[in-house]
Amino acid sequence: MKQNSIEVKDLTKKFGDFVAVDHISFQVQQGEIFGFLGANGAGKTTAMKMLCGLSFPSSGSAKVVGFDVYKEVDLIKKNIGYMSQKFSLYEDLTIAENIKFYGGIYGLSLSEIQIRKNNLLHKLQLSHQEKTLVRELPWGWKQKLSFSVSMLHNPKIVFLDEPTGGVDPVTRREFWELIYEAAAEDTTIFVTTHYMDEAEYCDRISIMVDGSIRELDSPTQMKQRYQCQSMDDVFLLLARDARRNGD
Amino acid sequence: MKTFWSFVKKESLHILRDPKTLFILLGMPLAQILIFGFALTNEVKNSKLIVVDQSKDAESITLIQKIDASKYFDIHFAEVDPNKIDQLFKASKAKIALIISSGFSGQLLHSHSTSVQIICDASDPNTATAQSNYLSAIIGDYQKSLLSRGSLPMTIKPEVRMLYNPQLKGVYNFVPGVMAMILLLICTLMTSVSIVKEKELGTMEVLLTSPLRPALIIAGKVIPYLVLSMGNISTILLLSYFVFDMPVQGSILLLYFCSFIFILTALILGVLISTITDSQMTAMFISMVGMFLPTIMLSGFMFPIENMPKPLQFVSNIVPAKYYYIMVKNVMIKGLGFAGIYKELAKLFLLMSFFLIMSIRKFKIRLA
Amino acid sequence: MNAIAVQGLKKSYLQGKETISALKGIDFSVHQNELFGLIGPDGAGKTSIFRILTSLLLADEGEASVFGLDVVKDFRALRKIIGYMPGKFSLYQDLTIQENLEFFATIFETTIDQNYDMIRDIYVMLEPFKNRRAGKLSGGMKQKLALCCALIHKPKILFLDEPTTGVDAVSRKEFWATLKTIQQLGISILVSTPYMDEAILCDRVALIQNGEILGLNTPEGIIDSFDRPLYEVFTNDKFSTLQQLRKLDITDKIYPFGESLHWITNNNIEEKLISELQKRKISIRFIRAGIEDVFIHKMSIKEHEAELH
Repeated sequence: MKQNSIEVKDLTKKFGDFVAVDHISFQVQQGEIFGFLGANGAGKTTAMKMLCGLSFPSSGSAKVVGFDVYKEVDLIKKNIGYMSQKFSLYEDLTIAENIKFYGGIYGLSLSEIQIRKNNLLHKLQLSHQEKTLVRELPWGWKQKLSFSVSMLHNPKIVFLDEPTGGVDPVTRREFWELIYEAAAEDTTIFVTTHYMDEAEYCDRISIMVDGSIRELDSPTQMKQRYQCQSMDDVFLLLARDARRNGD
Repeated sequence: MKTFWSFVKKESLHILRDPKTLFILLGMPLAQILIFGFALTNEVKNSKLIVVDQSKDAESITLIQKIDASKYFDIHFAEVDPNKIDQLFKASKAKIALIISSGFSGQLLHSHSTSVQIICDASDPNTATAQSNYLSAIIGDYQKSLLSRGSLPMTIKPEVRMLYNPQLKGVYNFVPGVMAMILLLICTLMTSVSIVKEKELGTMEVLLTSPLRPALIIAGKVIPYLVLSMGNISTILLLSYFVFDMPVQGSILLLYFCSFIFILTALILGVLISTITDSQMTAMFISMVGMFLPTIMLSGFMFPIENMPKPLQFVSNIVPAKYYYIMVKNVMIKGLGFAGIYKELAKLFLLMSFFLIMSIRKFKIRLA
Repeated sequence: MNAIAVQGLKKSYLQGKETISALKGIDFSVHQNELFGLIGPDGAGKTSIFRILTSLLLADEGEASVFGLDVVKDFRALRKIIGYMPGKFSLYQDLTIQENLEFFATIFETTIDQNYDMIRDIYVMLEPFKNRRAGKLSGGMKQKLALCCALIHKPKILFLDEPTTGVDAVSRKEFWATLKTIQQLGISILVSTPYMDEAILCDRVALIQNGEILGLNTPEGIIDSFDRPLYEVFTNDKFSTLQQLRKLDITDKIYPFGESLHWITNNNIEEKLISELQKRKISIRFIRAGIEDVFIHKMSIKEHEAELH
């Protein structure tokens, strides 16, 4: 039996009278690819911020890689990686400079950065391009590089925010292979997205509606339960009666 | 025409719906005039005055008593060696000195005319002028009071000497400078930012694909700011009249006309800036660094142009605010008419036409 | 006359010192009253095509016309008959629904009342909130309002550049339903999307990648053009299965696809291999390709061709 990477119980966040996240509970296993879904305004961003240690919960408990989100925020931050479509790499730095910078933030030694940089570049077949400016890379390559860089400090969990929206189908596959590989090496992958086609790649997914988790299961089980062809249809069924709307 | 006015209405709504910015735009002239005004005029009360009385007769003593009695001056150094005045100025112990040479009373009674010397520390020209004016006025009063005594009019001529900055150029008056600054800020900065914002929103693409002519888009953008700026000019003029006792000496109509031309120039500059950039940040940066700084540094508002190195003097010729500043000073303070400003007006007009042609050529009916 | 006729469009940009060709010779035409989709990822050249067709951008080479109007020479007449919703279009956030709509109506020299028929179906959903500012609307509502603004002057053709990007699944579904009703009003529609699954909702589609059209047909026709055996592979360990199957000679390509893997082979798979795989807890079944499989296949053919040259 594998350990749990994330354990959330009755986690709640209130802004005044507004309950953004309403008593959510779930566990994510180590090495699992977990999809965290919800319509705009369902509360998934707020929930994710609490798990990353960027926001304090109002009540409830949550442990991320064994650390408490109230007391051990610094330890959480050291052990997680983060990548989103919006926040990527510095366009005006070279590939090598970006890697060194991120390595530096996480306190890796220079020799350590050097080793990990070479491994990373070798894996992505970018070894001969380390002096290329990031802005000159094709979009898909940037995404792959960005993911690898977020894994540079060997985090136990990586949070991915809509990682493959708008990416061409081939690069998207290559990207998911990188994710599968990381998961196979026991890194937990936590994906937030509102693109259902991204959700289908996850081992298990949860769907948030109006601040609470309405459904949590593997995509296959969920589709069977609701007798739907695709996750898109499942999501439509669940989210159609959502009261909240908007960003 | 209806299309056009709906555009103007939309722009006005943008301005009105952003109360924070509107508050700054309307409040800024107020704040700036008050800050500049009080910071620069307060010092005239109870100024420290050095008096060197080499005559020491009844008349000179009466004059000194009269000066001391006024609320404007406190006599701090009565017995000073005239050669030490300079040192006292440099040590900031006082900023003005009065020298009455020996035989004051004698000259006054026998030749009905004499002179006194006023020496000012003109490194702060604004204060220096104000102080010497006040002192001369008191001496003038005294001169009038002598009239009742004698049969013949007697004159005391104050000879004013400005130390350190004899031409008294510079911050002679802050109001024209603040006017230029504010108009430029509102017109250039706000227009360029609001046009670029439409590019960022993607609405510019739709506007361009509509039957609306680009010229109308530009006109619709600038009109609300034109109105706002005219309002701001009135605020400044009212403030300077009521708070600082500074009426417009020349024609108000002429002043508004000059301002109108300057505002147009600033608006066109804003449009020009918006054609060369796609982000609000860059537009703001160009407006600040490219427009605002030259206005402060090179218009003659802060530093006299004559004292600048030649290359900077040359650059100042293409700073629109320079001409506006001169015109406002001439009309508002010196009370000159059209004949006194037509040269500057013509030059400003030329600059405006140049920018207009540039921006029309740059503003595309397409995106790239 | 076609609604859109495009021939040999080329366009390149200068980015820094490098010249990037956004369009490398595009040909296609859209019939009147057709719902035509440009399907491709970000950076494929979709937006450049839109801008050229709406007269916002000049092509380096080639010709394009909309309802017989040349996009360069007749641009003023053209701008009167088109409705355009740019990709990043987001309305005036500080104006209300009503004010936005009125504004766009007037600049297109019409009024809301005059063309109310055009937007009625969409506008009834917005009407209860007509005094709310656009910035306070949900993504789906903004979308509807933007569509109203593009339709208000009764255009002959609608250009919608990635209208569903960043919109949640519910709103996307509604949006496509709305497009169908607009089409029934007799309007031709050119729409672009990076989502392959939206291709089947169009009458015809062009698959675009790197400034080239990979394929152009009805969605059915595109799928039928796929001529290789395709299997869906289920496994508990996707990563190692990918590695193992990729080594087999029979494999042309294998890649992740949602919950499963898609396996394109050179020949049909024999029973022997199937049972051998089953022993390793890998189950497979033969399936029909989707648009995305075709896209991937055509992309790799193009890449292969490029390597040969």
